[in-house]
Amino acid sequence: MKLSRRRRQRVLRVAGYVVFGLAILAVVAAADWGRLSDAFFRSDVARSMFPEAITVALRNTILYTLLAFVFGLTLGLVLALMRLSSILPYRWFATAYIELFRGLPALLVLFMVGYGVPLAFPDREIPGGVYGSVTVGLGLTAAAYMAETLRAGIQAVPKGQLEAARTLGMSHPRAMVSIVLPQAFRIVIPPLTNEIILLTKDTSLVYVLGVTSTTIELTKFAGDALNTRVNPTPLVVAGLLYLVITLPLSQLVRGLERRAAKER
Amino acid sequence: MSTIEIAGLHKSFGRLEVLRGIDLAVEPGEVVCVIGPSGSGKSTLLRCVNLLEEPTAGTIRVAGVEVTDPDCDIDAVRRGIGMVFQQFNLFGHLTVRENVTIAQRRVLKRSRAEATRIATENLARVGLAEKADAYPAQLSGGQQQRVAIARALAMDPQLMLFDEPTSALDPELVGEVLAVMRGLAAEGMTMLVVTHEMAFAREVASRVVFMDGGVIVEQGPPATVFGNPAEERTREFLHRVLEPTRVSATEIGAPES
Repeated sequence: MKLSRRRRQRVLRVAGYVVFGLAILAVVAAADWGRLSDAFFRSDVARSMFPEAITVALRNTILYTLLAFVFGLTLGLVLALMRLSSILPYRWFATAYIELFRGLPALLVLFMVGYGVPLAFPDREIPGGVYGSVTVGLGLTAAAYMAETLRAGIQAVPKGQLEAARTLGMSHPRAMVSIVLPQAFRIVIPPLTNEIILLTKDTSLVYVLGVTSTTIELTKFAGDALNTRVNPTPLVVAGLLYLVITLPLSQLVRGLERRAAKER
Repeated sequence: MSTIEIAGLHKSFGRLEVLRGIDLAVEPGEVVCVIGPSGSGKSTLLRCVNLLEEPTAGTIRVAGVEVTDPDCDIDAVRRGIGMVFQQFNLFGHLTVRENVTIAQRRVLKRSRAEATRIATENLARVGLAEKADAYPAQLSGGQQQRVAIARALAMDPQLMLFDEPTSALDPELVGEVLAVMRGLAAEGMTMLVVTHEMAFAREVASRVVFMDGGVIVEQGPPATVFGNPAEERTREFLHRVLEPTRVSATEIGAPES
């Protein structure tokens, strides 16, 4: 029987669904469900982690992320403006900073801030204890990435916007603040949210600073529970809690992008 | 005192000399239309008046203030000069009303109530009072350009600069923008207009300036420049612009068919 071209395409399409369904079925059938649920979904182990998993670990993860993000965004904005400055040494400094901190592992910077600097200056300390060290340690690296993102955003605002603002008598700084930066921020919301998501995950490095039961974050918390219960369920719980942070963020971006699309 | 006095104006971009000695005065209440081929320096001349381009040499005075003086407070001078761009340049993140109020509030320090009142007046003047809450992207090109005119007018300028205000518009939207401009001219606004709309220039301008190659080739009342141009270059330009279907093959160097 000779099939028409269109019918042949339809048959191929249906075959695609069937193959996918069969593959899922095969995996489900082959899996040892009893052992899987004993290892990863032990409800008593999971239950023993609460409420601290949320009131301490999740809370600290969010707090570390926000602190580093605010620090990084502020410093990143300054660096972005320096990079676009007409004053040459400012451009040099910003470029050097960005190249340096983009090239270093976040963990190394965290070590430097947490141990290197206190060793060098034993009589001084970063205010805020672990919170302060995390803010600076993760924020320094984040600032380098965000500076580049913000610079691209500022440059993506058409030159005519600045000209129109200047023509209305606004000074250059006023035009930047009222006209260019608000539009640049709208452009960079998606990449900045990516940056928050990356930071959220980088907070798992904080344990190297030596956290206590009150400053512990999700990954270290799950690792400790894994050790005491000798069962990997805590890792699944921590994983789900990370998603509790990151999934709403993606949702938020989608909403903001829709709004921005209406205004542009 | 002339509203604009330009003397010996030169402007180069790198090695390219775009303006090669311009002398021009615009008197209060005059509507001066600048015409000429692309690349003749018309837009650059306009952009030098409010210092969007820094002149290489020469002096420019606006209402007696020398804007080319290094000590000149250019932001203060620009407050008195409205400018309308080919690409509208409305602020995309602000509503129409906010577009018209932001400079009033931030630059002229007017109260919110006063700025809003003046915005509403000027939007009504361009026939767009009911669009105050829309965003620029929701408007047609012609509507956006009328908002841009209202935005400039809200600053109470004594001079309006128009840089090819209808060149980016669909043909059926040109009329609404020209109508607003004609109304402004009738109210006595001093206007310097770079345009390709010859019909507008002929009807509304008090004087027409023809530029080519970075110099003013000739100027005069529209009836003279359009009806009886003195220069051959003017005649050729007008022939090509006004009768594009009658440009013959030999004129452009192609063999006669």
